[in-house]
Amino acid sequence: MKSHVMSQLAALEAESIHIFREVAAEMERPCLLFSGGKDSIVMLHVARKAFAPAPIPFPVMHVDTGLNFAEVIAFRDRWAAQLGLRLVVASVQDAIERGVVKEEPNGSRNRIQTPVLLEAAAREKFDALFGGGRRDEEKARAKERVFSFRDEFGQWDPKNQRPEIWSLYNGRVFPGESIRVFPLSNWTELDIWSYIAEEEIEIPSLYLAAEREVVERDGMLYAVNEFVPLRSGETSQKRSVRYRTMGDANLTAAVESVANTVAKVVEEIAAVRITERGATRGDDKVSEAAMEDRKKEGYF
Amino acid sequence: MEADLLRFATAGSVDDGKSTLIGRLLFDSKSLFSDQLESVERVSRERGDEYTDLSLLTDGLRAEREQGITIDVAYRYFATPRRKFIIADTPGHTQYTRNMVTGASTADVALVLVDARKGMTEQSRRHAFIATLLGVPHMVVCVNKMDLVDWSEEIFENIRREFTEFAARLRLRDLTFIPLSALSGDNVVTRSTNMPWFDGAPLLSHLERLHVASDRNLVDVRFPVQYVVRPQSHENRDYRGYAGTIASGVLKPGDRIRALPAGLDTEITTIETADGPVTEAYPPMAVTITLKDEIDISRGDMLCRPNNVPAVMQDIDAQVCWMDESAPLTAGKTYAIKHTTRWARAVVKQIDYRIDINTLHRVEGVEGLALNEIGRIRLRSTKPLFVDPYLSNRQTGGFILVDESTNRTVAAGMVVRESGS
Repeated sequence: MKSHVMSQLAALEAESIHIFREVAAEMERPCLLFSGGKDSIVMLHVARKAFAPAPIPFPVMHVDTGLNFAEVIAFRDRWAAQLGLRLVVASVQDAIERGVVKEEPNGSRNRIQTPVLLEAAAREKFDALFGGGRRDEEKARAKERVFSFRDEFGQWDPKNQRPEIWSLYNGRVFPGESIRVFPLSNWTELDIWSYIAEEEIEIPSLYLAAEREVVERDGMLYAVNEFVPLRSGETSQKRSVRYRTMGDANLTAAVESVANTVAKVVEEIAAVRITERGATRGDDKVSEAAMEDRKKEGYF
Repeated sequence: MEADLLRFATAGSVDDGKSTLIGRLLFDSKSLFSDQLESVERVSRERGDEYTDLSLLTDGLRAEREQGITIDVAYRYFATPRRKFIIADTPGHTQYTRNMVTGASTADVALVLVDARKGMTEQSRRHAFIATLLGVPHMVVCVNKMDLVDWSEEIFENIRREFTEFAARLRLRDLTFIPLSALSGDNVVTRSTNMPWFDGAPLLSHLERLHVASDRNLVDVRFPVQYVVRPQSHENRDYRGYAGTIASGVLKPGDRIRALPAGLDTEITTIETADGPVTEAYPPMAVTITLKDEIDISRGDMLCRPNNVPAVMQDIDAQVCWMDESAPLTAGKTYAIKHTTRWARAVVKQIDYRIDINTLHRVEGVEGLALNEIGRIRLRSTKPLFVDPYLSNRQTGGFILVDESTNRTVAAGMVVRESGS
């Protein structure tokens, strides 16, 4: 007799497909946030499966901080074009020039991308935004719903979330309000990588180990490039590194690694003993509740 | 064999060591990351704790840390070579019944924690009741803090006896007891040498081996149509696929099916996925079905077998858990109802009784149901719903109510039985 049991990756994929279809069926104007990072690549891959053989029935949007790796931007553009999707780019640089937001003294554009995201979403009248957030990433995300209600200011109220029972999602909103949807909520970093391997999904080469010119700062390794110039007194060195996350190029650190294929990355991730944000994101180290605070302001 | 997925729900207060138990499972299964552990160790040290407080791993939000409480369902993940585990972790106090319901709604297993020193409490009874109400197929009673009762077999046996007597009043299919110490790790991942009298498996081995495949309903074919795929392209001009997630049963190409509410029969031509057609589909696969005949089918309709159909009805008896603090459930009021992929409106015709979840007694003659109260009601919906009793089908027996003036999800409902339609 057949077992009729799905592998856990197949079960995760099926759950995500269900979420995509539910949003496409019930929301007026959904949009998928696509950065060219691995989570959003997987998200787009699953979205394509949800509606095949029809095309994905919503556009994609990227909040471009102006500090992204060039390769990732090229990857983003190529993928959107390949799938025939409309790509909305909300530019932080442009918003700074228009005076909508102000550059922060520490050079991080993480916080100021929130108003830019909200402005673009309002302009496009998006009532549902898909994000690639996963609950294993961070404590605040662990408690967020798959359908995360946001008020007219895009704010998340952790104490006032809609109960989410079975897979009966409630995306009802009044004009101006919206839902952030996280189809990959139950995936872990290892699941993402295992899935990329199993499905042979193309990813930016920055995710794979290569000899790169790096500088060490506060115990983290940053690739030397136009966003991270050497400071006086610093010396750079060639190390074999890869990226675990794709944030802003000036803030995202690389990790030492010899994993130059996806299969080797899967092996490394399975054995790794530090969270991806802890290892690579200067922006999340600010405080215990950094993510919680940003989310309340409308961040993903 | 590839790893499968097991979802379990825990509930309990900080005092009974639930967070410590979860921390222990993550820690001993090597699913904890060093920066997470460092952060917990640092906070523990700063507070002057005698040992690393693993509960800090799960109490995430600042508001919670400040108040020393858990306010919501938190999801945790860990994996062994056999299985990936999703933990829905909920606080156990009365005011958090709605979180417990949320966590239990998708769980294969409920972990109920009992402090060996205190024995059964109202909270452990309440959790067992809610898990049963939500149809969680397996329950594991973790008798925790055995280190504080000198690893006493007698104390464990007393709790087992008392709980078993209580459980006889619930419809529990599978009940297991494990004596353990979350703090020291005895019987969590590794077998305890302090309790040689216990011949059962440690908690993690039990969860790894638990047979959950047969919990799924593979008999009654139910396919709620979620989305109609119409490519509108030249090559797929006439393509019309019905996308959805199999709620129950096994479907194959060539099967005769009936579409509800149309009541028309046809045949499955293909069952498709983006990776190609499949020869059969079972829950919870997400597929797209094409049919031999053109029938008018849209989202909210349901495909089933002609000789095995759900009840098509508008008068629904259900147990509901009320989840809204702003207003109680009130007889005569109309709510939006979502059942499978179908929305309708439903008026509360009557409230039969409220269940006192501590004593399991029925309280009749109630005016309404307040936040976290559970009761039995009768609804009348504006259009027919295709329902099965919740106990035989969690997918087609569950529904939510939404308050149309706030758009908030205000109740979880479980269909009790078919009433006259």
